[in-house]
Amino acid sequence: MSVDILMPALSPTMEEGTLAKWLKQEGDKVSSGDIIAEIETDKATMEVEAVDEGILARILVPAGTEGVKVNEVIAVLAEDGEDAGSVTAKKANGDQAPAPAALAEEASVATHAAPDAPRAEVLSDPSIPEGTTYTETTVRDALRDAMAEEMRRDDRVFLMGEEVAQYQGAYKVSRELLQEFGDRRVVDTPITEHGFAGLGVGAAFAGLRPIVEFMTFNFAMQAIDQIVNSAAKTLYMSGGQMGCPIVFRGPNGAASRVAAQHSQDYSSWYGHIPGLKVIAPYDAADAKGLLKAAIRDPNPVIFLEHELLYGTTFPVPDIEDHVLPIGKAAVKRQGTDVTLVAHSRMVGFALQAAETLAGQGISAEVIDLRTIRPLDTDTVVESVKKTNRIVCCEEGWRFMGVGAEIAATVTAEAFDYLDAPPARVHQKDVPLPYAANLEALSLPNADHIVEAALRVCYV
Amino acid sequence: MATKTKSSKKAPAKATQADMLRFYREMLLIRRFEEKAGQLYGMGKIAGFCHLYIGQEAVVTGMQACLKEGDQIITGYRDHGHMLACGMDPGGVMAELTGRIGGLSKGKGGSMHMFSKEKNFFGGHGIVGAQVPIGTGLGFANKYRGTDNVSVAYFGDGASNQGQVYESFNMASLWDLPVIYVIENNMYAMGTSVERHASETELYKRGISFEIEGEEVDGMDVLAVREAGERAVKYARSGKGPYILEMKTYRYRGHSMSDPAKYRKREEVDDVRSHHDPIDGLKGQILEQGHATEDELKKIDNEIKAIVKHAADFSLESPEPEPSELWTDVLKDAEVA
Repeated sequence: MSVDILMPALSPTMEEGTLAKWLKQEGDKVSSGDIIAEIETDKATMEVEAVDEGILARILVPAGTEGVKVNEVIAVLAEDGEDAGSVTAKKANGDQAPAPAALAEEASVATHAAPDAPRAEVLSDPSIPEGTTYTETTVRDALRDAMAEEMRRDDRVFLMGEEVAQYQGAYKVSRELLQEFGDRRVVDTPITEHGFAGLGVGAAFAGLRPIVEFMTFNFAMQAIDQIVNSAAKTLYMSGGQMGCPIVFRGPNGAASRVAAQHSQDYSSWYGHIPGLKVIAPYDAADAKGLLKAAIRDPNPVIFLEHELLYGTTFPVPDIEDHVLPIGKAAVKRQGTDVTLVAHSRMVGFALQAAETLAGQGISAEVIDLRTIRPLDTDTVVESVKKTNRIVCCEEGWRFMGVGAEIAATVTAEAFDYLDAPPARVHQKDVPLPYAANLEALSLPNADHIVEAALRVCYV
Repeated sequence: MATKTKSSKKAPAKATQADMLRFYREMLLIRRFEEKAGQLYGMGKIAGFCHLYIGQEAVVTGMQACLKEGDQIITGYRDHGHMLACGMDPGGVMAELTGRIGGLSKGKGGSMHMFSKEKNFFGGHGIVGAQVPIGTGLGFANKYRGTDNVSVAYFGDGASNQGQVYESFNMASLWDLPVIYVIENNMYAMGTSVERHASETELYKRGISFEIEGEEVDGMDVLAVREAGERAVKYARSGKGPYILEMKTYRYRGHSMSDPAKYRKREEVDDVRSHHDPIDGLKGQILEQGHATEDELKKIDNEIKAIVKHAADFSLESPEPEPSELWTDVLKDAEVA
C-alpha cells in the first residue's frame, strides 16, 4: 500500500512554500524520522521528516519548485514488498477535500493573508511626490528596512527581544539585522518580558532609543506595568524632565488557529493611556514610514503589527527617507455614500467590502486610521459630513473598543450630518476559539462590513 | 561561586575627619528634612502617600560617597533621602511634597515620583520593584555607550520578592551589566516582617543562582556601608557585572504616614534607636576620635535646621501649579531631525 507524502504546513499561517531540496532520491529507503526534504517558507527553512517507512518511489514535485500549496502530494512512498515502480499518487492534486474552515458559512473570505491583498486606489499622502516609483515589498521587509535605516542613521537605536538576533526573528522581521549591526545593537533576550520591557525603559531614560520587540503583543501583558506606569507616565510625573523614547513593537491581533491566549487585539487597551502613541498600520508603505517615525519620536510608541499581513506585498515608494506623520489617517478609497473606518488588517476587508458595495451601486469611502492615539478624528468627521453614514471596523471586541470611541466622536461632532446611527463591525464578545469554524464565526470579515454598510444605507 | 562574608563582622571601617563630618551633615539633613515632612503632613500641608526614611540614612549616605559623576541612582517610593544624598535641592523636594510649582516635578509627581536628569536621579517609583529593571537598563546604557559608569538600584526587602527583580538579576549577570543592587532590608515589607515574607531571609544570597556576588552590610553604620559600597562599585565599574549589597537597616516610622505600626513592639524601635542609630553612632565616633567638639557639631545641627526651615518655608510659599499645567508634559514635542 503506497503512502502519499504531502506538502506540510510548517507554521500556523503557512499556505504554500518552496520545495528547496530533496535529501532522499527515488529508490532510497526511508525510515520514519529521516529527513527527506527541505522546505522554505516565508519565515524559515524547515526540514521535513518522514513519518512512514518504505522506499521513496516517486518524487512528484522537483527541488526548486516555488509556490507548492500545503497538502499537495510531493512524493509517494512504497511500503515494504511493494513494487516501487508501479505506485501512483492516490490523491490527485488540485482535487482536495475542502478545509474544515471552508465549511463555515462565514468563511467565504479567507482568514489567511491573501497574497492579492486589496490595494488602495488613492495614495493620499501628499508627502509622496509625483512620479515616485514603487517597489513591491512585504510588510515584513518594510518593517525590517525601517529598523535598518534608523539604526544606520542613529547609533542610539537598538533592537532587543526574544529571538531577534541569531534566530533572525520569530517572524523573520529582524532578518539580517544581526549580521549588519552586531550583537551590541541586536540583542537576544531571555524570555522575560516584564524584565526586558523595564530594562528598555531604563535605557530610554538614559537617552538610548530602544526598539523592544514582543514576539506577540499577547506576551506584553507580562510587561504592561512597565509600559503604562513607567514608560507612559514618567514624563508627566517628572514635570517634563524624563522622557521615554522607546518603541514597543510586534504582532497584534488574531493569527491563525492559535486560540484565545495568542489572539487578541490590544488597540483599545493601549489607546486608553495618555502618554502613549499607538500605531497600527495596514500596508507596507505605512508600516515603513510610521515605524521610522515611531523610532524618531521622543515618546513611548506602541507599534501594533499583524502577523497575517507580514507576508503580504504592497508598493513601497522609492524615497530615500520615507517617514510618515504619526496621528494622520489616510483615505484609502474615496466614496460618497458611506464611510468605512478601519485599521490594521481590517483595512483590507474594508477595501474588499467597498468593492462589493460598488457592485451594488454604493460608493464607500475607506479610511485607514493608521494611528489609534492620537486619533485623527478630523479626517473621519470630514468624511462623515460628506457620506452621512459610518461603519467602524476593528478586529478587537466591541465593548469599549476603538469603534466605540469613533462612534461617540462622530455622534458628538457630526450629529446633524448622520442619516443613520454609527454601525460597528468587530470580533464576537468571546475569547477567540480554536476550532476552525468557530474561529471563522468569531472574527470580523468583509461580508460583515458589507452587511453593516447596507444596514446604515437602509438597503 | 560563594557569597562573601558579612562585612559587619570585620574590623570597624575607617574614615578621615572630613568624610566623617560630611556624612554627619548629610545624614542629619535627611533626618531633619524627614521630621519636618512628617510635621507638615500632620498639618495637612502634605497629602497622599508619604514614606519617611528616618533610621535608614546611613545607607544612601555611605553609598553616595562611592559614586562619581555620571553614575545613576534609582529607587522606589521611600525616596526623599536618596534625592537629598544626590544633592537635589531640599526646597525643590519639599515643594513637590506640598504639591507646588516649585517642586522638582512642578507638583505633578508628589512624594513618590521625583527625578533629576542633572543629578542622574531616575526616580522615585511607586510600583514596588519596577525600579529594578529600569535601573538595570541604566546599567545597560552605560555598557552600550562604553562608559565606566555604574547604576545603583535601591529596593526594599519587600520588593525583593517581585519576579521582575530576578528577571533583572538574570539579564544583568548574563550581560555583565554594571549595576549595584542595594537591598534596603528594614525588616518589614509594609507590615509583614522578613521572617513572614521571605523563605530565605538572608537576602544577599538572592543572587546565588544568577552567580551574582552578594554581601550583607550593617546598614546602620555609614562607614561600613561605604566600605562595602566601594567594593561593589569597583567590581561593577571594572566590567565584572552586577553586585548585591543587603543593607541591614531599620525605619523608625511606620511604612507610610498612615501606618500605626502595630506589627512591631515599641521596645523594638526604642532598642534600635538607642543602640544602633546611624547618626548617634557616627557622632560618638567623631567625638571619641577628637574630630570635632560638641559645640562644633551643634553648629552643624543649627546649619541643617536652617536649611530645612528654608526648604519648608519655600514649599509653603511656592504657589500651586497653574491650571494650564494640567495639560503639559503628557507628550514630548518631536525633536527637529
